[in-house]
Amino acid sequence: MSSTTDHKVIINALYDDDDVLLKGVKDVRAKGYHVEEVYSPFPVHGLDHAMGLAPTRIGTAAFFYGLLGLSTAIAITYWMMIVDWPMNIGGKPSFTWGYNMPAFVPIMFELTVFFAAHLMVWTFFFRNGIYPGRKRLNPDPRTTDDKFLMEVELTGDREELMTLLKETGAIEISEKTDQNA
Amino acid sequence: MFEFTGRLKTLSYILILIGIISVGASFFTGRGHDEAHHGHEGTEHHEADGHHTEGHGDAHHGKDEHHAEDQHKADHGGSHHDDHHNSEYFEEHKDNFNYHKSASRATPDNNHYHRTMAEAHVDKEHLHHQMANKPWANLLVNNFFFLAIALGALFFLAIQYAAQAGWATLILRVMEAMSQFLVIPVMIMLLLVVTGVYHIGDNHLWHWMQEGIMDPESPHYDEIIAGKEGYLNGPFYLLRTLIYLIGWVGAAMLLRRMSLKMDRGGDVAAQWKKMRNLSAGFLVFFAVTSSTSAWDWIMSIDTHWFSTLFGWYTFAGIFVSSLTVLTLIIIYLKSKGYLEDVNENHIHDLGKFMFAFSIFWTYLWFSQFMLIWYSNIPEEVTYYMARFGEYKGLFFLMLAINFVFPVLVLMSRNTKRNYGFLVTAGIFIIIGHWLDVYIMVMPGTVGSLWSIGLVSIGTFLGFAGLFILVVFRSLAKAPLVSKNHPMLLESKYHHI
Repeated sequence: MSSTTDHKVIINALYDDDDVLLKGVKDVRAKGYHVEEVYSPFPVHGLDHAMGLAPTRIGTAAFFYGLLGLSTAIAITYWMMIVDWPMNIGGKPSFTWGYNMPAFVPIMFELTVFFAAHLMVWTFFFRNGIYPGRKRLNPDPRTTDDKFLMEVELTGDREELMTLLKETGAIEISEKTDQNA
Repeated sequence: MFEFTGRLKTLSYILILIGIISVGASFFTGRGHDEAHHGHEGTEHHEADGHHTEGHGDAHHGKDEHHAEDQHKADHGGSHHDDHHNSEYFEEHKDNFNYHKSASRATPDNNHYHRTMAEAHVDKEHLHHQMANKPWANLLVNNFFFLAIALGALFFLAIQYAAQAGWATLILRVMEAMSQFLVIPVMIMLLLVVTGVYHIGDNHLWHWMQEGIMDPESPHYDEIIAGKEGYLNGPFYLLRTLIYLIGWVGAAMLLRRMSLKMDRGGDVAAQWKKMRNLSAGFLVFFAVTSSTSAWDWIMSIDTHWFSTLFGWYTFAGIFVSSLTVLTLIIIYLKSKGYLEDVNENHIHDLGKFMFAFSIFWTYLWFSQFMLIWYSNIPEEVTYYMARFGEYKGLFFLMLAINFVFPVLVLMSRNTKRNYGFLVTAGIFIIIGHWLDVYIMVMPGTVGSLWSIGLVSIGTFLGFAGLFILVVFRSLAKAPLVSKNHPMLLESKYHHI
């Protein structure tokens, strides 16, 4: 079949220590190989930098989500408490939003945080393609326990890459099989 | 090793000179007022009121005279009200009044508490005190602001040891040097307290110190203030200030000495542990005294008023101004090629502190404000009424500088790693928190007679010069990095 020729060949290297993995990623990339993906049971500090991933833009998104939450809070407090159903609470001015603003600050704060936090999580799920019923991408279940796995695209000589991976301290090296996922 | 020479040293001497001239001038012209005022003794209140603008040579008072007078009248109840003034005052604030009426808010006029309390004082005497207070209040504002910077650095230093923090080891010497300044503002504070308690030099900063105010037989008698005599009395007040002096300055000096001893080798680990214990003890002491000192020196100016959050609110201001100055000094040293091991991660962390504690300050400010605003109880709300009256513009400007500005400028990771942004934000935070102290002190001491002019700025510069001189001299006395510190390596490889 033609599929074997235009397929990228992916080599999986398994590590049992995050520091060794981090150094491995750096060494492999320094030799000009492309690290496709790394699976880890916990966030490894500095790994994104070592893999050469583009900086996350979630911070910018969070700012605008927060702004959206703030605007929503202003709109709903204005609509509910001033326009639609003004109530006299402790003699506070119920006919102008501006003078009553201090009373609404907790709502403004909470909705800003609520929108920023929730939308950030949903954005994260969306961008990472995480949703119920998703077919798993993780090639080795042990990476959810105490092992780390690096996927390297094979370019050039196979033996050379294998030796390199061995040298970086990989405890297991194999070729990725279920490529059609 | 840092050397303190050249332009910076000259600059600090020039600044100190400016400060001395400013303080001297403020007391000299203040005395001039005093004599002028005594010359008018026995004349009607209206005349006295009129003349308080004469001697000032300050455009602000001329411009605001009418307003100030109205405010003053309103403050001191109905005895001097006449129809003309009443109607004029009403016209000017018509919208406000209608609004106040409909919203049943407290105003100087409908606030019974505000009025009856104020009536107890003789107007003329009160005004005289406010005028005499101007140089003292100016000194208190600037002195407290710089005390805050040194004290905050000492607190931060103690936190590093008590928490066994590694990241900051490279910048501990800067904190130490800043905390060495503490002795000067605390001594000046002691001077202010002594002159206040013993009525020297027309110092009326703290209203409760007035003679006879706790004596039921006296015309000055004030029942509420008399009820606070157990805490607010001369001897105890002096004693507390002395305790702060000994505790704070003692801790600063001991920590410094131990840190220098560490440089000479020996049993470094034991030394470090001793510093940790001392820091932990100091933090307990500081937890209590940071609140009580804020009550004593600042909150007791508005003696009737109280706020349970005041100590923390003041502390937040202390800490954020101090962190800002710390960052600025480190950036200065780095720009001169010192502290080469301090990398952008340390700077980033300091930026985070500036950002976080600006928000923390706002949180406490708002917590204090909103409870008082919402409950609208006359005895509590007087504090903010004074600040929404004469000080409205300054008040909101201060809030914008201290909250909106740092939040927007320092929110991004990149700006926290950029010297330009940090310095810009830092300068604004310093101005903002100076204004915060100003607004804490001024309404209760000089009332409507406030002005930010050459004297205030000159005094600020003088203190800044003194601060630079002491801090950079301390920096030059020892290596900038404590070479034997057990956590030095961790700090060198600090990475976030």
